[in-house]
Amino acid sequence: MVKIGVPSKGRLMEKTFEWFGARGLRMAKSGSDREYAGVVEGVAGVELVMLSASEVPRELAAGRIDLGVTGTDLVRDKLADWDRQVREVAALGFGQADLIIAVPAAWIDVDTLDDLDAAAAAFRARHGFRLRIATKYHRLVRDYLTAQGVADYQLIDSQGATEGTVKNLTAEAIADITSSGETLRANHLKVLSDAVILRSQAMLYQSALSTGPEVAALLAQIGLRP
Amino acid sequence: MTPKASIRAEADRLFAAFQAAGAVPVDADILLPAETLLDLYGEDIRAKAYVTTDPVLGEMMLRPDFTVPVVQAHMAHGADPARYCYSGEVFRAQDHLGAQARESLQVGFEIFDRQAPERADAEVFALFGALLAGLNLRAVTGDIGILMAAVRGISASDKRKAALLRHIWRPHRFRALLDRFSGRAAMPAARAALLARLAGGAPADLIAAAGPLIGLREADEIAARAVTLLEDAKAAPISALEAAMLYDLLQLQAPAPAALTHLRGIAVHLPAILPAIDRFAARLEALQSQGVDVATLAFEASHGRTAMEYYDGFVFSFVNGEEIVASGGRYDALTAVLGQGRSIPAVGGIIRPHLVAALRGAA
Repeated sequence: MVKIGVPSKGRLMEKTFEWFGARGLRMAKSGSDREYAGVVEGVAGVELVMLSASEVPRELAAGRIDLGVTGTDLVRDKLADWDRQVREVAALGFGQADLIIAVPAAWIDVDTLDDLDAAAAAFRARHGFRLRIATKYHRLVRDYLTAQGVADYQLIDSQGATEGTVKNLTAEAIADITSSGETLRANHLKVLSDAVILRSQAMLYQSALSTGPEVAALLAQIGLRP
Repeated sequence: MTPKASIRAEADRLFAAFQAAGAVPVDADILLPAETLLDLYGEDIRAKAYVTTDPVLGEMMLRPDFTVPVVQAHMAHGADPARYCYSGEVFRAQDHLGAQARESLQVGFEIFDRQAPERADAEVFALFGALLAGLNLRAVTGDIGILMAAVRGISASDKRKAALLRHIWRPHRFRALLDRFSGRAAMPAARAALLARLAGGAPADLIAAAGPLIGLREADEIAARAVTLLEDAKAAPISALEAAMLYDLLQLQAPAPAALTHLRGIAVHLPAILPAIDRFAARLEALQSQGVDVATLAFEASHGRTAMEYYDGFVFSFVNGEEIVASGGRYDALTAVLGQGRSIPAVGGIIRPHLVAALRGAA
């Protein structure tokens, strides 16, 4: 039995169903609309596991699912040495979004990471604490800022409505996923021009612990390199 | 794997040797408030330390090193002068799969003394060298104080010097700043565009036009930096000669006596580093009188720049290939940061007994 983890709701689920459907693997939710259970038609020996996209990386790493669909942002943020725990099988061509750093649009003196670093030094001297960046992508943002040599900042955890943290005075800047930038503009924020931390998209992954012949056979059947 | 009993025995041997050198044993807590460590080391430490939450005290960390608790203990109720030693576990979270030690013993020795800093530097180094003798380790030394003196001595604005000093421990960004300040790197297009916008009006008007001001950073802070940026754009570059001396200094790697000669050559054009060079020379004499063979002692001007960012003078490591078996240095400024207005010159270092025991086991 091959277990495939797919996002359990929303556009990501629909697009995933479409992507597999176009390759002869018809997926659908079973039971009532509110029940998180799914069925697969067209191919035998495949079990659908409906999951929150943010849980797919963990389930892949643990080997509880063989294949899984989620965003590259979630895999790279949640898994240490991600490329040793999962393999990228196929980019699915949807769910594109960039992980960026944004600051208030009124910060006319800040356009690049270099400016943010200098502003952080001055902010700390003035306010007595390190400039706060709200994010839920702790590993990605911290690794990026460390590699870029940015200092005098701190990460504040924000699991949702991150764009509102600056107005609410719980952060000075944010690091978040954006596709169109509309929510950022509506919240009077602008994106740093040189700080795209990750260009994310939906990806089909295989667990490094999943090595059985059934998975290879399934991947070959839907036209993918096993 | 080296048996824990032989690691413990090695730790006890080192700890006893430090006590024999007059150091008072210090007991440090394992569970430390995260705030102090984060303020000192920055956000990076959060990835390297085990962070946990206490319902009352908030964020806590498993001791990533002994420096902070030992300095705090000294600043709170230490004798003057004083020397301390400690032995215990440190914890480092590992962000990669593999067998790196997450929990290991460290044994350390620290001297807090206002007199004869070069003699204290030499004593620590010589003691470590004697305890690690026979293990075929390579000793490397450096001096962050010379780098800092060089930056302070160039003809540049105080703001530019402060920016360089702040990034001494982040070589990548330091280099980018130096390239820009010396005119070696062209101004990035984004910065040129930003300057053009800032030149287009009074900061207050530009801020008002850019959008509603949200967050804690206030209009005067934004305006102040806008003015600084415009001023900085007009500043003359660091002279080609001074910049060349700085680049030369950053790359200096030589046996100590040759390094000293080379540094005196640099000082002809950068005389501000002369006092730091005199301290380096005094340290070499002190090392020699402690029996260290300085003729072959490796000196690397950039040594210690990627280590913890509190060393501000003499730095040293004893390495086996890529493995750092022991390391230490002088951290005069740190005592001021943790001392709430008081400070005392300090130097010290740690030895990793699990690596020493492994080397002895293999020998």
